[in-house]
Amino acid sequence: MVGKPLVSIVSAGLSKFGKREGLYARELFAEAFKEALDRCPRLEPKRDIKAMFVGHMGEAYEHQGHTGAAAADWTGLLNIPATRTEAACASSGAALRSGVYAVLSGLADVVLVGGVEKMTHRTTAEVTEYLAMASDYPFEQWHGITFPGLFALMAKAHMHQYGTTEAQLAAVAVKNHYHGTLNPKAQMQKEITVETVLASRIVASPLKLYDCSLITDGASCAILTKPELARRFTDQPVHIIGSGQASDTIGLYERQSLTSLSAAKLAAKIAYEMAAVTPDDIDVAEVHDCFTSAEIIAYEDLGFCKAGEGGKLAESGETRLGGRLPVNTSGGLKAKGHPVGATGTAQAYEIYLQLTGQAERRQVKDAKLGLTHNVGGSGATAAVHIYRSETQ
Amino acid sequence: MSQTSFTIEQFYKYLTEGKLMAGKCTRCGKIHLPPRPLCDNCFNNQFEWTEISGKGKLVTYTVIHIAPQQFQAMAPYAVGIVQLENGLKIPGMISGVAPEQMRIGMELAIDFGACSTAQPWPQWPRYCFKPL
Ligand SMILES: [Zn+2]
Repeated sequence: MVGKPLVSIVSAGLSKFGKREGLYARELFAEAFKEALDRCPRLEPKRDIKAMFVGHMGEAYEHQGHTGAAAADWTGLLNIPATRTEAACASSGAALRSGVYAVLSGLADVVLVGGVEKMTHRTTAEVTEYLAMASDYPFEQWHGITFPGLFALMAKAHMHQYGTTEAQLAAVAVKNHYHGTLNPKAQMQKEITVETVLASRIVASPLKLYDCSLITDGASCAILTKPELARRFTDQPVHIIGSGQASDTIGLYERQSLTSLSAAKLAAKIAYEMAAVTPDDIDVAEVHDCFTSAEIIAYEDLGFCKAGEGGKLAESGETRLGGRLPVNTSGGLKAKGHPVGATGTAQAYEIYLQLTGQAERRQVKDAKLGLTHNVGGSGATAAVHIYRSETQ
Repeated sequence: MSQTSFTIEQFYKYLTEGKLMAGKCTRCGKIHLPPRPLCDNCFNNQFEWTEISGKGKLVTYTVIHIAPQQFQAMAPYAVGIVQLENGLKIPGMISGVAPEQMRIGMELAIDFGACSTAQPWPQWPRYCFKPL
């Protein structure tokens, strides 16, 4: 018996991802919100939406904080409570989770959740510095450890412990780039080969340029309501049936395991139990592939395969569109792009499309159960959500 | 009981004296590296300083090629996580070994050499690890 709906998604929106020159974060957020409105004509935004949570990681990019109010203002949703959630790259996974809290509390019947980041107008060195702020300052940043560096430390440990290869990491990039070509909103629109990845320049060994997700501008959102109200707004709601969020040490160095993310494992366990489903039941998943190695570790943490077998799963083709369990059909952070604050609800947007049969060229046939896995920093935050279609 | 508080600042000040110091909880005995104001095991706030051996084994490493502005002149440089003899882990730069010679499990020791020439507080001294 699949778990009962906690909250229902009645609409969702996504801006075009990529280099969005000349635009501000708030303008991108309005673009995503407009799509959500267009998809849900029965919703009257000023009447119905009672609260909003907006994920946003860095005020350094635009010298702009206070993103909750700015987003409420520019979406025309004043005077509702509007709060920014910040959990590094899981900022909008945390916004989604906050929306679940808000609806379940009974204080707000309809809640807008989303996220945004405007990054591409900054230099790579600046972005490298801003992203590193998600990691520990006095011991990691201070000693020159970058954000890719932290994931490289985990990738190296995984390769050492399990024999995972650079070609297996590359297989993740190849798959996600292929998926990106099927998503008109993805930043990258070209297929690549394993050789392209292996020949790309080193960022932090063993991670190379094509192992890394992109620097992206973009915004995403979803509109949540109580399951009993969902049909008022749409004939095709998607229900969230499991929600887990967990935390871990801010410093990677203090963790017991360097080959898995305990926060992600814990968030997944909570979400699976709440949803009363197992990893085998999942039809489609969006996982946090900030680096190719992170997708391999995600497979293991989510129970898609045993610990140490993620590399083989990546190579098998089973997680490619048409395979047993397609992962990151949107192109993932790797090819769709990674505007960090927008990523969590962008994953929810993709699952919303998949479970309502609107994913067009990348539609997973008969997808009924979906999962999102959103990681903040080097794994100090993780949020896992499980979704089911109305027809399940 | 030591007069100094169990802070990250004090941890770095000890480095300038060539000492790797941790806080030991007086109630449950847990050793905190770096020291903390509150034991995350038993919530006690009383500690004593204990000196830690700076020798250990490399648990994992990476060579960073794309660095933030302040480290760009040093790139590429190696960083790693070292498990010390008492089992605790700390990160740091690794010098004195070529990247292709580096391997997980190799024995390293903390080097305070750069710590004595560090800028005055609040510029923290940067220790590093070198092969034994
Ligand atoms: Zn204690």
